[in-house]
Amino acid sequence: MRFDTEFRRPQNAERALAALRELVRETGPIRLMEICGTHTMAIAKAGLRALLPEGLELISGPGCPVCVTPAGAIDWILRLSERPDVILASYGDLLRVPGSVRGDSLLRRRSLGAQVRTVYSPVEALALAAEHPDREVVFLGVGFETTAPGTAACLLEARERGLRNFSVLSLLKRTEPALRALVEAPDFAVDGFLCPGHVAAVTGAQAFAFLPREYRLPAVVAGFEPGDLLCAICRLADMVRRGEPALENEYTRVVTQEGNPAALAAIGCVFTPAAAVWRGLGEIPESGLAPGDAFSPWDAAKKFSFPAGSSAVETPGCRCGAVIRGVARPAECPLFGSVCTPADPVGPCMVSGEGACAAAYRYRNL
Amino acid sequence: MCLAVPLKITSIDGKRAVGEAGGLSQTLRVDFLPGLQPGDYVMVHAGFAIQKLTEEQAAENLAAIREALDAL
Amino acid sequence: MEERITLDYGSGGLRTAELIDRLLVPAFRSEPLAALGDGAVLENRSAPLVFSTDSFVVTPWRFPGGDIGKLAVCGTVNDVCMAGGEPRYLSLSLVIEEGFLLRDLEEIVRSIAREAERAGVSVVTGDTKVVERGKGDGIYLNTSGIGFLRAPGLSRAAIRPGDAVLLSGSAGCHGAAVLMARGELPCEGELLSDCRPLHELSAAVLAAGGVRILRDPTRGGVATTLNEFVEGSGLCIELEEDAVPIDAPVAAACDLLGLDPLYSACEGRLLAIVDPAHAEAALEALRRTEGGEGAAVIGRVTQSRPGCVVLRTALGGARILGKLTGAQLPRIC
Repeated sequence: MRFDTEFRRPQNAERALAALRELVRETGPIRLMEICGTHTMAIAKAGLRALLPEGLELISGPGCPVCVTPAGAIDWILRLSERPDVILASYGDLLRVPGSVRGDSLLRRRSLGAQVRTVYSPVEALALAAEHPDREVVFLGVGFETTAPGTAACLLEARERGLRNFSVLSLLKRTEPALRALVEAPDFAVDGFLCPGHVAAVTGAQAFAFLPREYRLPAVVAGFEPGDLLCAICRLADMVRRGEPALENEYTRVVTQEGNPAALAAIGCVFTPAAAVWRGLGEIPESGLAPGDAFSPWDAAKKFSFPAGSSAVETPGCRCGAVIRGVARPAECPLFGSVCTPADPVGPCMVSGEGACAAAYRYRNL
Repeated sequence: MCLAVPLKITSIDGKRAVGEAGGLSQTLRVDFLPGLQPGDYVMVHAGFAIQKLTEEQAAENLAAIREALDAL
Repeated sequence: MEERITLDYGSGGLRTAELIDRLLVPAFRSEPLAALGDGAVLENRSAPLVFSTDSFVVTPWRFPGGDIGKLAVCGTVNDVCMAGGEPRYLSLSLVIEEGFLLRDLEEIVRSIAREAERAGVSVVTGDTKVVERGKGDGIYLNTSGIGFLRAPGLSRAAIRPGDAVLLSGSAGCHGAAVLMARGELPCEGELLSDCRPLHELSAAVLAAGGVRILRDPTRGGVATTLNEFVEGSGLCIELEEDAVPIDAPVAAACDLLGLDPLYSACEGRLLAIVDPAHAEAALEALRRTEGGEGAAVIGRVTQSRPGCVVLRTALGGARILGKLTGAQLPRIC
């Protein structure tokens, strides 16, 4: 039994797609939102959009940690990269994201001599700090609940080992407050959510129960293989048709109801919920994770005075925010395709290869 | 939101372990999954195992997907 | 104390002569080179010539399955082969950073000599420069290659709807192997670069007939090279996801870092667009030749989406494979 390949080609995909076509004919247009960047990538990789019936729309919501990091935060990080005593450790995802100045990114700063290292895990950032005791190693901690436990473990370890030249800029986000903000916005128009399987691996599937319970929105926790995605979309569409919203867990091989208690405990031990600014959604109370007071010496925001208020700066003209909320299509942005292209992205939705705008750009003539 | 891959644990030393997939071995941290044994499968994100996997659950999952697609 | 390259080795004086006489000339055993003239005098078969050049800056210089020396021979030999040439002569320029270990240079030179012999080319002229410490990345190589044209008329313009698309082996091995050697892949294992000269494989596929164009999918990988075949034309290349051979370690490495093997470089594979009447013979010819055992027909030329490369997925869907924009970066989301 393989945990991924076995799920790549569901046996009865064609029949299910035909049934989905019938279903949408019956219900009229259905708009589903995936709120996980990896779902967005997986949907594109499987070529799923081309198979879905007309009238069934998949919208890429605020699920890419890079896409929701505000331009102001990137500006601050770029300024920090100017300090000769600082080594920045970042996931590759963040390197091309521009701040509020077009064309300026960590990749560009690196070419100008800034110390920017790509890491795959926060553990590597910790090792960098141990290797360079004369430098300040700042780990750029983007991510959601899936990434937060590992980040927490590294902060715990830094404290234990007394590694004073290591710090984390926590740009970590919590899923639930953002989803609530999205759903409660006056222009919200989505019929159901494809919930992020790897967030749920940590939080448990029950973390998404509020969607059907409080907002009467169908929600399916889904895996990332084509079979998972097709199944989850079918389940959501079926709930929309029946008018019976519920929470379902499609990804049972990875996700339990209660999640991973040890990982949740690590988050709770190190971080406290704090207000955070999301690109496109603005400031949302309790939607971020800030290191607790016991971890102040390892909190880059405190160590280098990260100005919380200024991070709400947005790039003029860029409508990535509206695109992320599903209220504007990429082509409705005045910058799309003219000023903002994959080779020279202005907003984060154009940066990631499968960001909503990059995908729309690639398919623009079809 | 979060990329994760399944790995098979080949050795464990405290919080550190080595896992394998496709002939490649990778070091990972197992802080959040106490009691793992070599031979266990885990889902790994950014160098940390976040959940344990079992063949039984995977088989059940596959059967459930088949059933759900048939039921539509 | 281990001998290191100093600025003296690039001075043009005694040390330079020592390097040439003791290391380079004996390694390549080539008459025009041994003559030590300012240029090489070459035999002329009065066939049209194919001429190509490439520079090599890979870090680290040694990677699983090869090194910068092997790469410098294969890279240029393969470019000559892909242009329809039979490669014969190479030039070799070395730009060495002060402090580079002489022992390492010797290993690289031996590797160049071995690979040149394997590919049937002579190193006939060369140059050595040494740059100050901090102004180079260990070692850079440049090779230029000359070959005799044996297959005239290979070009994009020859591609027709219905043609078959062949790949001589699994995709993306070199790119993944270099990532691993750089330590950017947080794992280790049996992941070897596919770096090899393509003189035999290209001769084999050309002998089968019906070849429209050849190209080795180096930077940007299979997807980017195929885009170059059809961009701006009325043709489309449709690939079958299941038909593209990808080795298990490459797939695992790419899954881990969120990379796409179709955009990962190969250094010992060729892509051939072939008249469908010759496709089977071409495939057989590749598979019979060393290094082509894993060859496959991966798709065909159509007119469905002009100018595009489309991947038909295992699920039955489709996605457009654009050209690579910038280097692939490892991602967590």
